[in-house]
This record gives sequence, structure tokens and C-alpha cells, in this order.
Amino acid sequence: MSRRVRLHTIAHARAGDKGDTSNVCLFAYDPRHYPTLLRALEPARLAAAFPKLFRGPIRRYELPHLSGVNLVLENALEGGVNASLNLDGHGKSWSYLLLALEVELLPDEPDPGS
Amino acid sequence: MVQRSGAANSTKLAIGCGAGFASDRLDAAVELVERVALDWLVLECLGERTLAFAHRDRRADPRRGYDPLLERRMRALLPRCRARGTRLLSNMGAANPLAAAEATVAIARTLGLAGLKVAVLLGDEVTDLLAPDTPLHEGGTVGARGTLVGANAYLGCEALLPAIESGAEVILTGRVADPSLFLAPMLARFGWALDDWQRLAAGTVVGHLLECGMQVSGGYFADPGKKDVPDLARCGFPWAEVSEAGEAILSKTPGSGGLVNARTVAEQLFYEVHDPTSYLTPDVVADFSTVRIEEIGADRVRVAGARGAPRPATLKVTVGFDGGFLAEAEISYAGPNAAPRARLARSVLEERMRRVHGFAGPLRIDLVGLRSLHATALPEPAEAEDVRLRAALRAPERETGELLLWEVEALLTCGPAGGGGYRGRIVPQVTTASASLPRERVRTRVEVFEA
Repeated sequence: MSRRVRLHTIAHARAGDKGDTSNVCLFAYDPRHYPTLLRALEPARLAAAFPKLFRGPIRRYELPHLSGVNLVLENALEGGVNASLNLDGHGKSWSYLLLALEVELLPDEPDPGS
Repeated sequence: MVQRSGAANSTKLAIGCGAGFASDRLDAAVELVERVALDWLVLECLGERTLAFAHRDRRADPRRGYDPLLERRMRALLPRCRARGTRLLSNMGAANPLAAAEATVAIARTLGLAGLKVAVLLGDEVTDLLAPDTPLHEGGTVGARGTLVGANAYLGCEALLPAIESGAEVILTGRVADPSLFLAPMLARFGWALDDWQRLAAGTVVGHLLECGMQVSGGYFADPGKKDVPDLARCGFPWAEVSEAGEAILSKTPGSGGLVNARTVAEQLFYEVHDPTSYLTPDVVADFSTVRIEEIGADRVRVAGARGAPRPATLKVTVGFDGGFLAEAEISYAGPNAAPRARLARSVLEERMRRVHGFAGPLRIDLVGLRSLHATALPEPAEAEDVRLRAALRAPERETGELLLWEVEALLTCGPAGGGGYRGRIVPQVTTASASLPRERVRTRVEVFEA
């Protein structure tokens, strides 16, 4: 049985901006899902998923004591509030763009909410 | 380590945040002051672009250039702060702290608050210290970037301390690093040294957590069914009880809506943070990666464990430039075949702007309801029965914006069937960039007024 879930099922997130750089921090609700969160948020995977949006280097800082990850996405705000024509020039909604990513739970991981 | 003069006080400091941005709520700030015996109420109201707009306001009228909501906030808060013995610190001075102080004194007089002392911190504006060849962090130089509207250095605790030590009940500033607005009262109370990097880092974490107001107490957090927040409409502002060691217990207005727990604090701890081990302020380089977050009761979270390293050698400067105009225009399609009609409107508008009028600059046309905020990242779904076309462009001159509005409005009679709900607006823009200045070139001073 497939246990493919959106990250939204197992994690929460918040996005902020500085210039054309977005940062999104994500946290697993259950520490047992932290390995899956890390797997879903490999920088190379993110760059490949959204090549037109995430146009610069992606740095990832792991925060294992909080089951968290801080992603720093350069050149990822279509110019930022100074230049973007996006309705959301701050990229406030980038958190939910990432929470929409799908990931397969590992066999030894619990069902979400269990 | 050099202990600063003035006896260290071992009691705790109660410090709250009554605004985390220029448009933050006022009723919740009143509730915070009325229900918590605060030593300090901080109002952080000055974003980078807010300050650039304030420079333009001051240029148009030398009596303006401070926060347009200052009068309303002061009228509501000054009498309550005075009654409670709470001191008020805010960056609402924006591009004109002196005028903000004079306005505050005038308000205090009309409210009968005789003898109220208002201190103002001056010297953050460094427009005259920049040269055309001053390099920008983003690349290029000040001169090559465009028309300068104003530049301000991020001041820290060292500049703020004389204002606090003046004993003034109200302190107004222009640009100060947001966490420093909270850290400076801690330094003054506890006598922390300016090179006590561990405590400065601990206090910076508290300031960073409080500076965005409700973002740590239930705002910017609710996700129904996943992260529920009680009574979000009556969300309370946060406050912290800080110890001499720099440990803090974070809470919110008693009886208010909202939520303070390990998750709200964790999300805010890394909000607008890049490398968690190296958060730069004028006061310290703080390491957030070692911070411990512990729930110790209902809406009570203990925060401790930050580490600190010596402060940066230079001060960061935000430089504001004229940004031309942003034009946005919208029209909606609903019901059967709405998505194809909206797509047809988009292609008509593209042809009109590009081929008929020869507009070659950036033009964005989103179909809200199909895909808009995430349109650059994700494909457009085929169907939706309520779609809003939203077009946007930036241009140095207003006329190009007016052309966009004209063309979108013309879709009412010249475009696809059933188009309605046209709106359009043109808003002057500023842009910002960053530079650095040696600390010694930025001279600050404090003036005190009395009502």
C-alpha cells in the first residue's frame, strides 16, 4: 500500500524574505518523520522541482533538535519586493508551495497522526 | 569584559511588543498594556521600504516623514503607559524622528500628561555619508543604481543606551536594528556589558522573537485542522519576562486569543534567518542553532541557550531609491467556460500591450483561481469557474501604467463575453539596497523634550 503523502501532512512551515532571497523553515510534527522531511528537501531535488522559480543556490541548515530544516533559497523571489510582479512579492506562500511536495513514507515510519 | 557603570539589577524585566509592523493592530496593544505590568512596550513599525517611503514624505513636507499612525497610537497608549509605569520605545520616528518627538510632546500636552519626557535618537540617517562610488552589497554602486531617496544605518544598543538612561518615558528612533529595540532595555536594566556576547545573544533571541508581534503568539501560523489557533480575531501581542542571565519566558496578553507554544516559537525563531549559527546585528553575532525551546505551561515557553560572538566591525546601511511605478489591473470571468474566456482575455491583452503598443518591459498576467502566486513554479490547471485576470507591470513613468489600466478596462466591451469587476491602480514604488559603513563614521546623539 502506497504511503505517499504531501509534506503538509507531516510538517509545518514559515516563509520569510530578504531582498531576492527566500528562507523557509520546516518542522516535522513527529520527530519520527524527520528523515522523510530531510529526504524531501534535498536542495538538488528542490532546484529540479521548481527550476523557473528557484534560480540560485539553495542552502540547507539542519536543526535536528527541533526536527527542523531552514532552507535559504537565493534568487528565488522573482526579484523580491523591489522588482517582482508576483502578487506575493515577499514569497509568503513559498512555505505552502513546499508543503505541497509529495513524499513516500519509509516502511519503519508511523502513519501521520498515529 | 567591561562592566558598564550603573548597578546591575537582579530583578526580572517585563518587555512586550505592541506592534510588529507599520499596519499592526492597536486595540491589542492597548490590551497588552492594560493587562500586563510591563516595564517596556516596544512598537516596531519600520520596514525597509516603509522608511524609504517616509523619506519621500519628508521631502514633500518637512513636518512629515514619521509614521502616519503615530498620533493614533500615542493617543491610545500614552495615558495607559503612564498610568501603568510602562515606558514606550518605538522606531515610529522613521525618516523624521525629531518631528515625531515634537508631535508626541504636543499630543501629551493635549492629553494633560504634563512633564512627560520624550527622548529622540538621532544620527541613523547617513544619506550625506554615501558617495556615488559607495559599493552596494547587491553589486554596483549607489550612483549607478538610480535616484537616491535616503539612506539609514542600523543602529544598535550602544546608540540607544543614552536615550534609555535619560529616564525618558517615551523613546523615539529612526532606523535601529529590530532586536536592539528589545535588547537595549535589558542592557540598561541588568548592566550587561557591551561585549558580554553570551547575554547579548540571549537578549537578541528574545528581541528577534518579539519584534514581529503576533507572529510568535498565533499570527501567521493558523492552518485549520493542522495548526488551530483559538480566537485568532482577538489574538494577543506577546511579551517576555527576561532574567539577568538572559533566559526568557515568552507569553501573551492574558485572556486574549492566540497561542504561544513550541511550534509558534520555533517557526518565528528562524523567520528571515539565513545561517542559524550566524545572525548579525549591530550588537552581536548570535547563534540561534543552540536555542532550547521548552513549553512550561499554557502559553508559556522558556527560551534559552543562544551563543554569541563579537559584533560585526561595520554597520549595515539600507539605501532607498526611487522605484518608478507599479501598475496592476484586474477583470474577472465566472461560470461555464470561464477558464478559456480568461485565457483568451490574457492573449488579447498580451497582443495589445506587446504588438499594438510595443511595450517591451516585464509584464505579468496571472489567472487568479487557476494559478497565480505559484504560477512560476507550477503548471496551470485547465478548469475553474471563477477566474480573475490580474495584469501587472513596472515602469519608470506613470503613463505606461495608465496604458495597462486602459487596456484591461477596455476588455469590458472589447474582450471575451461576461467580463466584469474591473479594478486598476498605480502605486509609486521605492526600491532598497544595502551598503556598509565603519561604525566611527556614524555619529549619534540623543535629545530630550518635555511636555
